[in-house]
Parts: sequence; C-alpha cells; structure tokens
Amino acid sequence: MAEIVIKNLRKEFGDFTAVQSSSFKIEDGEFFMLLGPSGCGKTTTLRMIAGLELPTSGEIYIDGEEVGQRPASKRDIAFVFQMFALYPHMNVRKNISYPLVSQGMSKREVAAKVDEVTRILGIGDILDRPVGGLSGGDRQRVALGRAIVRDPKAFMMDEPLGALDAEFREHMSEELRALHDRMGATTVYVTHDQLEAMQMGDKIVVMNHGVIEQFGTPQDIYDKPATMFVAEFIGSPSMNFLRFHGQVHAGSNSVMMHHEELDVPKLQEPFEGDLVYGIRPEHISLNDSGTFRGEVMAAEYLGTTQIVTLKTSSGELKARVPSDQPVRVGEHVGLQFDGETVTLFDNQSGRALRSELNEGVLSHG
Amino acid sequence: MSSYSITEPSSRQKWVAGSLVIAYAIITLLPLVWILTTGFKSPTDAIAYPPKVVFEPSLEGYVNLFTTRTRVTQEQLEALPPPATWYEEIVRDRDMVIAGPSRYGERFLNSVIIGFGSTFLSVFLGTLAAYAFSRFKVPLKDDLLFFILSTRMMPPIAVAIPIFLMFRTLGLSDTHLGMILLYTAVNISLAVWLLKGFIDEIPREYEEAALIDGYTRFQAFYKVVLPQAATGIASTAIFCLIFSWNEYAFAVLLTSGTAQTAPPFIPTIIGVGGQDWPAVAAGATLFLVPVMVFTILLRKHLLRGITFGAVRK
Repeated sequence: MAEIVIKNLRKEFGDFTAVQSSSFKIEDGEFFMLLGPSGCGKTTTLRMIAGLELPTSGEIYIDGEEVGQRPASKRDIAFVFQMFALYPHMNVRKNISYPLVSQGMSKREVAAKVDEVTRILGIGDILDRPVGGLSGGDRQRVALGRAIVRDPKAFMMDEPLGALDAEFREHMSEELRALHDRMGATTVYVTHDQLEAMQMGDKIVVMNHGVIEQFGTPQDIYDKPATMFVAEFIGSPSMNFLRFHGQVHAGSNSVMMHHEELDVPKLQEPFEGDLVYGIRPEHISLNDSGTFRGEVMAAEYLGTTQIVTLKTSSGELKARVPSDQPVRVGEHVGLQFDGETVTLFDNQSGRALRSELNEGVLSHG
Repeated sequence: MSSYSITEPSSRQKWVAGSLVIAYAIITLLPLVWILTTGFKSPTDAIAYPPKVVFEPSLEGYVNLFTTRTRVTQEQLEALPPPATWYEEIVRDRDMVIAGPSRYGERFLNSVIIGFGSTFLSVFLGTLAAYAFSRFKVPLKDDLLFFILSTRMMPPIAVAIPIFLMFRTLGLSDTHLGMILLYTAVNISLAVWLLKGFIDEIPREYEEAALIDGYTRFQAFYKVVLPQAATGIASTAIFCLIFSWNEYAFAVLLTSGTAQTAPPFIPTIIGVGGQDWPAVAAGATLFLVPVMVFTILLRKHLLRGITFGAVRK
C-alpha cells in the first residue's frame, strides 16, 4: 500500500495542455476521487500516475520514490479500465492469473491466489468461461479480480462503473467501496459523476480545463467551494448565484445587495466590484417575514423535499424546502437565507472570498 | 447494434438467389474443371473436336510433366529389358524412354520458397509497421503512409527495366533472395494498409492492461495484440501469397534457372516433344493446390477478415 504525491504535474499533447500544473497528496489507504467534466484532464492525470502517459514535467512519488518517467510495468499499480479491457482471447481464470504469470510465480501459488480472489469477488462459478459472454457486472468483477490479485501498491480506476446500467451501478459502487475498506488499498478513482464522487470518496480533487479547482473532503467541497465552478459542479440542483455590484470590508458580517442587507460569514478580505452571493438551495427557507421576496415559478416534488424555483430581483433561484410546506405557483413569498453557509465569489475570477466559513479549506486548496 | 428487422426471404426468392449462385459457380469453376480433366486425358483426347467429356483417364500428362523423354526406334525398344514401373510402361507405349526427371519439381519448390518466403516477410514487416503507425506518434505519419500506398499506384511491372538493371548490378538476378525481396516490396504496401486497419480496431486498453500487468511493450504486442490481429494477419497473408504465387511478368524477366518459379516454367512444357497439353494442364493443376490448401486452412479467418471493420459496433 502506498502514499502518492503529485508535484507540479503537467502534460501537453502538442499545442494542447491537458494538465496545467497539478499538485496533491493521496494518503495511504485513501479512496481518492478525481472529479471533473469530460476533457478536464482527470483521466490524463490518472494515466500519468499509472505510467500509461509520461508527464511533460513534474514529479510523481509513490511511497517516496520518484516514478514519473518509469514505464507502467515497473510501477506495481493496478488499473481498472472503463471498458474493462479483459483479454478477449483468454477465459476468466487466465485473465485473472495473467498479472501473476508475468511475475514468474509458480503454478501452485497462482492457483491459490486466483482461488482467494474469486472467493472475495464471488465469481468461482464463471472461472472457466470465456470473457466474451459475461454480463457487465461479471466483467467488472473479473477486471477487479485481475487488479487485486497481485496486491499492487495502488489501484487506478477510470470510470469503472461508466459502462454499467444505472441500477447495477449503485450496487457495484457499494461493492467497490466495501472491497476497498476490506483491503485498505490506496485507490484513485476517476469519475465525472459528482454523486458517485461524494458517495464513495474520502477525498476529492475537482478539475476543470486541466487545473485543480479544489482538493478536499466531500463535505468541505460541498459546503465550502473554492470557486464558482466547484459550487456549480457539485450538488443537484447546484448552488444559487445572485450577482450584484458592491463593496465588502474585512470583518463585516453582511453585504448590501440591491438595497437588501444579507448575512454572510465574517469576511476576512476586502473586495470591491462584481460579486456573487452563493447559497445552496437547502439553505433557503420560505418565510413571509423575510424582506427579500420572490415569485414562485414552479415546484418540483421529490418525496421528502420539493425544489421551488423562484424569480427575484437578483435573478432566478431554487430552494429546497420540505414537501409538506404548501407552495402555489404565482404567489409571492419572503425568503430567508442561512447566512452562515453563504460563500461570496469574485464574479470575474470565480474565486471565493476568504471568510470565517472557508478559511481553513482555501489555504491548502 | 442498430435496430432493424430482416424479413425472411420467400421460397421463390431463395430459389432465384440459389440458382444465380449456382450459375456463377459453374461459370467460374468450368475453366478449372477443364484444366483438371485435360490433365488426365491422352494427348489425342485433349485436342479432340468436339471436346470429349467422357474419356479414358490416363496419367500420361503427369508422367510427362515430371520426366524428360527420348524417342527410340522399335529395335532399340525391343532390346531394352521390360519396363520396371508403371510410368515407364506409359512412356514406352509412345515409343520413348525416360531420359531423366524434368525441372518441374525444382520450379515448384522455387515457387514455394519464394511465395511463402515473401508472404512471411511482407506480413512480418507489415505487422510491425502497421502497429507502429497505429499506436505511436510517427513523424510525418500521413506522408509516410501515403508514400507506402503510392508504390501501388502504377502496375509494378512499369518499373521492370530499372529493377532488372538494379538486380543485375546487385547480383540478385535469378536468386531466391532477389525474388523474395521483390515480391515483399510489392506486397508490403498492401500488408501495411490492411493490417493497420485491423490493428486500429483493437482497443489500446488491451495492451495498456498488459503493460500495467507487468509486461513489456513487446510482450504486450506479442501476447495480446497479435492474437487479436490473427484474423487480419491471415487474410493479409492470403492476399500476399496469391500475388507472389501467381506473379508471372517479373518471374519471366528476372529468373531463368536457379530461382525460376513455376508460372514461367509451365508454358515451356509445350515445346518439349510437341504440344503436350495434358502435361501443361497437369502442371497447372498441381500449381493450384498449395494456394487452395492455404486458403482453405485460413478461410474462416478470411471470411471474417474481408468484412471486418465494415460494420461499426
């Protein structure tokens, strides 16, 4: 098992820069998520850690050893591909034992190892089947079996659940997480699905356009987004952005937006210009005593909660309120914002202003 | 898999389609049947008019193909001891004795060496080149591929004279090596292009999985890519073999003795002791066998091979 440290990692493909300059640290035994929209550089980062791409510059340390320019076969890392990439001309048993054969392990040891792995994954009954006819889930298990069979230093997974249908994905993600917890192996997992990342990850790196936007625990990333991109990418519905022009001082507890005074966590830096007031839907409540008012445009029933779309003087926003609260389309309601949870952003750069809420998070992001 | 429905053809449609296929088969097979039967006819039957469909089979053509014979007088013939073998008997019936073996065996062997040699070399080099073009960043890749293709934009025989002069200077005229190199040069563009198409279709993840599993690039190529490309390699090999096996023009020009292949040799049989059509037909029949066997052995791959990649998954 291993700790992985990435320093100033950069990858260019001709004129295109896939990864700008990434630095982060993956602790031993962590389930680590690389999250971002397609083309953000997350898969390239993963492939560089595995050795399938060589970085243009920067360093990769696995257990303190610099391996940046070393070929994949010399890194002792397992990789689970999105399309599984099981060797099509071999049966399940051969697929799983293939990594052991390359190490020159004796036949008896190989058989024992394969037995152990198939027991863990519960695939004993398909061992002698060709991989062509297997179901998606079984292929996934065989791919995992091939990965865990040789006790690698770390696992790389490139959207391993992407090829499965929705129902099975849920089940497989639980199985994966359970497998990780049992083995305690460092795992780096690439996904574009924010829910999957929040559900499974110990830590998340959010990437966009080859740049790391934020790095932290799922909770920190959700509650204390470092940029507007992260705030919008994580959470469904995403964070509401109310745009206004104004001025804030360090130490102040509120902002003036279109003549309304709204609470914010205690600010730690001054700013003047175009600002964005970012609030999550669940931190808005409908309350007639509120002075900030909006008109109900639509209500979406979701069981225990409902999503209410409102039109306000500062733009449209969505609130998540209990579904037993009566809401009628067309009525005007007062809104109350939970000021402690708000993040203010600089509209131009998208960066979050430092406040009491996020100070600990932003410094190492 | 796209969704479309196929309606089962009616029995009349099946009947029409079946008859067309049978008619086509008869048209293409007739010349082959003609060659095959002529090989077993006597010289008189072979040139009989109207052609004899029913005839008394004889192995004279095959005996003549493999031997050289001398005509002898009746007295000389009677002075000889009785024929020891069945083929000597056939020859003596024509007032001749066997003077020695013919060159057909050697020429046939030359064809095998040169045909299979150049096929192996084309496919071997072609696979390596196609893999490199398919997987690596090769500088000027598109230009190189176009250049390779451009070698086939005129008939190879158009450069016969320069090649003839080159071979003479290099001492490659009438050598096995020379012919193997020449046919490889002609076939390599076909091999590279065909195989590149096949290798492009093999997902890179297979090799990457092997690299991750601790294999070197070459091992990944050898153990994972090659088995996947077997279909493509088989069909490419068949195309290459058919070309070099049947090639006539270069063989006439560049070989005369040691390295002469069967195609330029077979017509020369005509001149030996009159127009010996059964011997020519026998030579042609035997000449067909290796390619036929090779193709039948690989036909499973060939069928998949020529339609491979035609349908996107």
